[in-house]
Amino acid sequence: MAVVLILVILAVGSVVFHLLSPWWWTPIASNWNYIDNTIIITFWITGFVFVAVVLFVAYCVLRFRHRPGNRAAYEPENKKLEVWLASVTAVGVAAMLTPGLFVWNQFVTVPAGATEVEVVGQQWLWSFRLPGANAKLGTSETRAIGDGNALGVNPNDPNGLDDIIIEGGELHLLVDKPVKMLLRSVDVLHDFYVPEFRAKMDMVPGMVTYFWFTPTRTGTFEVLCAELCGTGHPQMRGTVVVDNEADYQAWLEQQQTFTQLLAASQQPTAIASSTSPGK
Amino acid sequence: MVDIRSGADEVIPLAEVEDVELYHPKSWWTHYVFSQDAKIIAIQYSLTATAIGMVALVLSWLIRLQLGFPGTFNFIDADHYYQFITMHGMIMVIYLLTALFLGGFGNYLIPLMVGARDMVFPYANMLSYWLYLLAVLILAAGFFVPGGPTGAGWTLYPPQAVLSGTPGGQDWGILVMLSSLILFIIGFTMGGLNYVVTVLQGRARGMTLMRMPLTIWGIFTATVMALLAFPALFVACVMMLFDRLLGTSFFMPAIVEMGTQLKQGGGSPILFQHLFWFFGHPEVYIVALPAFGIVSDLISTHARKNIFGYRMMVWAIVIIGALSFVVWAHHMYVSGMNPNFGFFFATTTLIIAVPTAIKVYNWVLTLWRGDIHLTLPMLFALAFIVTFVNGGLTGLFLGNVVVDVPLSDTMFVVAHFHMVMGVAPIMVIFGAIYHWYPKVAGRMLNEAMGQIHFWVTFLGAYLIFFPMHYLGLLGIPRRYHELGETAFIPESAHTLNMFISVMALTVGAAQILFLFNLAWSLKRGRPSGGNPWRATTLEWQTPQTPPTHGNWGKELPVVYRWAYDYSVPGAAEDFIPQNQPGLGVPTREHAS
Repeated sequence: MAVVLILVILAVGSVVFHLLSPWWWTPIASNWNYIDNTIIITFWITGFVFVAVVLFVAYCVLRFRHRPGNRAAYEPENKKLEVWLASVTAVGVAAMLTPGLFVWNQFVTVPAGATEVEVVGQQWLWSFRLPGANAKLGTSETRAIGDGNALGVNPNDPNGLDDIIIEGGELHLLVDKPVKMLLRSVDVLHDFYVPEFRAKMDMVPGMVTYFWFTPTRTGTFEVLCAELCGTGHPQMRGTVVVDNEADYQAWLEQQQTFTQLLAASQQPTAIASSTSPGK
Repeated sequence: MVDIRSGADEVIPLAEVEDVELYHPKSWWTHYVFSQDAKIIAIQYSLTATAIGMVALVLSWLIRLQLGFPGTFNFIDADHYYQFITMHGMIMVIYLLTALFLGGFGNYLIPLMVGARDMVFPYANMLSYWLYLLAVLILAAGFFVPGGPTGAGWTLYPPQAVLSGTPGGQDWGILVMLSSLILFIIGFTMGGLNYVVTVLQGRARGMTLMRMPLTIWGIFTATVMALLAFPALFVACVMMLFDRLLGTSFFMPAIVEMGTQLKQGGGSPILFQHLFWFFGHPEVYIVALPAFGIVSDLISTHARKNIFGYRMMVWAIVIIGALSFVVWAHHMYVSGMNPNFGFFFATTTLIIAVPTAIKVYNWVLTLWRGDIHLTLPMLFALAFIVTFVNGGLTGLFLGNVVVDVPLSDTMFVVAHFHMVMGVAPIMVIFGAIYHWYPKVAGRMLNEAMGQIHFWVTFLGAYLIFFPMHYLGLLGIPRRYHELGETAFIPESAHTLNMFISVMALTVGAAQILFLFNLAWSLKRGRPSGGNPWRATTLEWQTPQTPPTHGNWGKELPVVYRWAYDYSVPGAAEDFIPQNQPGLGVPTREHAS
């Protein structure tokens, strides 16, 4: 029976494909291996159900296909069986949902010591802002965007004056230090997406969204935009470098503060001085 | 508890409302063009949906050419690519699937299967089609207006949908799209009210709600849902039109676009997403529930066995319909909405898996100890079970909020929704066409062409979308015109993309064979007779095939039993029509 054979090949083949697939997730670089584990649990449960259903169908076709003189059974309902199947399904669903919600609770609970880092999206460029010496980000708003203030940092907020601004450059993060990514957009929806970090979140103009994670290994990672943001969407790339302490400090000292950028834009002649280290 | 099987000896109540005279067409124009006959309207809906569906098919080819062979086809630049995916998605979801299931199958089957002469409001039914046609024409006009159609993605998320960085955002494209949707919804409402009222008011004597075929339950519930869900989209479209044309700020916060401060401010882009998905999630089930209903009847008829657990099946349809209104934000887990919503929406979303699973169990248990005829409708029904189970199970990944975080906006999502609301319902559409074509045309579709069509479509579609999940798992984002040089994407992913594209072109070509079969069999198909599948439901018991205006002879049918009396012990045949009182040999007299 061609139909039976093809159904069996389809079920078995899907499992073999899954096991041999060279297309698998990127090596993780954050604390979210809980998410990977939940995906594995889900693969096991759903894979079992898929194979069981398809093989059952194949068996039915083999066993109960029409032959002259055959007549089907007449069995409208079987309450016991229906309740039993519904209960088993409910248990399976709970087995996936429970760890899922448990991990989600971690995902939405930002640890107290997390460093705040701001990402600002615009068509089609990533910019970043880090708190300066006072460890606090200044307030910001889209209306404040203008010359020398591409991210709309509030110039009247003293907390913002020492903020470190990176326009279109690389973001560096410290390994093993939790970060809370504060996400803003100045034009359309974007989504800060680094596959190796697993976490991602949309950036919505008019509000600040966030997620948190802990980078767990050093290296250079590509940032992609994961929410359609117009024609340049696939070209909206950035770079995140996860550093150890020494490299991170060396990088940090090269960056400019908001005050320096403001000054540079007001006095074109002062550009030279603005290249000196921040702080 | 009432035994659903009994009723052959019960007293059928007298008709409460007298049979009414229908409008009889007086000319060729009112007979075939401005027709008020639901069957003609159904064919008009189906042909229009198929025509615009072919546009979507060609667009899918172009999309796959670009993804499989980037840089080879210079005319598919980024603007065109985004316009193609937007139009492909919108056509498939709204103008093809919704229109074909409800406007096409709904119109043809509701009056016939419940034993009515026509829809309750034939004139509004006619208007419904003409508004739909107008909506389709306006949508298609998008290809010819300055700037071309919108490229905002079928979700049309503002602000980008109305800004200049998106094709059609500051040109005509988005205006054409929103206008077309608004007209579609007005037209659908006229048809939808008809379907609901006809099921509630137009049923033949003896056709209790719990004797209706599941096809009707599916279409009925989906229509009720559509009537409740489409208004949210309607409102969202009107508001976005105002934002774009009048400078209002429903969805527009303070924005700096390419260095320029826009005048608008204070609106919420997320509000649009809530409105869109309040419509958009029920929409998935507006497509799925008719498919659930129809496939139940296909399996039962061609396995010669009653559908297993009929009452459970009805309640599952109703419960799924109700639950689908409280799961919409699972499309928005990473939208930036309050993340605590995730707990609620993940829970409701996974609960909906239980009634859905029950439906799957009951389909496969209907096969158990059946007498399975491997006809084309049955083959497509089996293909539906495989693809729907596959696509439904990957929904458990995406519905489980934390698992969705890495997978959202990747090719995993594209693979999931194509499998579950593209491939699976389309398998049912094909099965249904092979099943009911003999009633519509009086002739069978060609079997050999049908076999080729089935195997290429089923296996090809599976080979397209099953491996695609793994590209998403790898992290490849969706809606990328080109992947470019990306460190984490290996060369083998491009090879897989090429394979998927070749399969997509092949599966598309098989559909041309199917359309040829539809036309060829109209004249040359084997004459089918009135009830070629020996089915129980009323549409197969009409005095003429194809049924004439008014469907029935002088007398409306009287219903004595549920729709699933197949292989009843002691009966002369392995099926007993719903309008036959005893267990004996069915005859035409009862129908006329």
